[in-house]
Amino acid sequence: MVEFVDIALLVLLGITAFSILRQKNLFAAVMMAGIYSLLSAGLFVVMDAVDVAFTEAAVGAGISTILMLGTLALVGHSEHQPQHRPILPLFVVILTGAVLVYGTLDIPQFGDASNPAHHHVAPHYLEESEHEIGIPNVVTSVLASYRGYDTMGETTVIFAALVGVLLLLSLGPRPRRVVSNGQRISDTDSGKPVSEGGVEEAQEDTLQISPEEKTLGDTNG
Amino acid sequence: MFVAATVGVLASMSLAMTRALMGPTVYDRVLAVNTFGTKTVLLISALGFLTERPEFLDLAIVYALINFIGTIAVLKFFEYRDLGWTRPPEAGSE
Repeated sequence: MVEFVDIALLVLLGITAFSILRQKNLFAAVMMAGIYSLLSAGLFVVMDAVDVAFTEAAVGAGISTILMLGTLALVGHSEHQPQHRPILPLFVVILTGAVLVYGTLDIPQFGDASNPAHHHVAPHYLEESEHEIGIPNVVTSVLASYRGYDTMGETTVIFAALVGVLLLLSLGPRPRRVVSNGQRISDTDSGKPVSEGGVEEAQEDTLQISPEEKTLGDTNG
Repeated sequence: MFVAATVGVLASMSLAMTRALMGPTVYDRVLAVNTFGTKTVLLISALGFLTERPEFLDLAIVYALINFIGTIAVLKFFEYRDLGWTRPPEAGSE
């Protein structure tokens, strides 16, 4: 039964990934990325990695969806047509993926009790951590004490990333310029709030970029 | 029984996924993602009982909380076009 759940989740994961690839509307792509995170969290739960699943749900489906939406407020809502054919990047990505899959061939069997991970320091942690550290939860004592420097480094990296992202996003959103069905229906450049009817229509999937935004995007890219 | 529940949850997951794929409006997709989060919570709960480890139920509850906050943030973004810290004064006077 668990295998069936695995297969079903992986099929859904594949469909989501391809739809993110094909999607030109970036709002929809961000929404699908949230679904992707939830599916991977489900897969991690199936593999008994509950803490990883929890992090995936909090970071992948929660924070990064919000950060990506904040980014969309800065850069516009739809993808530009690529100017070149991505043959070389595709080749590099496929090569890297093949090397990674080759690397997994050496990995010990999943869930095997004779794996090195279960024999190196894990028994010591399980038996001695309560006397040595004084915390009943083994995972917490490994994270905060035995591997304290490692955790401090990770936290520093995450803090630096957070500061960078906040600096970028705090530039403020672009002025609301929305074109629906070829007609401009709202424009807050004049400083006036948008009327309710305008908001209703503006949030349909027909969001397009104005020519001005397009030229901006082209010069940036 | 839990097998049937799991299969049902997976089926409704694929239905929500279909709606998220088809759209057509942004709200359909937001609702689909929200539904998908709920289905994930249910799937974790059902899996916990299926594998006879119902301790995962705590995790499912926290998922539900994250899902709620995430949906609120997305909808707030659609309302104000940003996440609040640079909100222009006129957008606040709803």
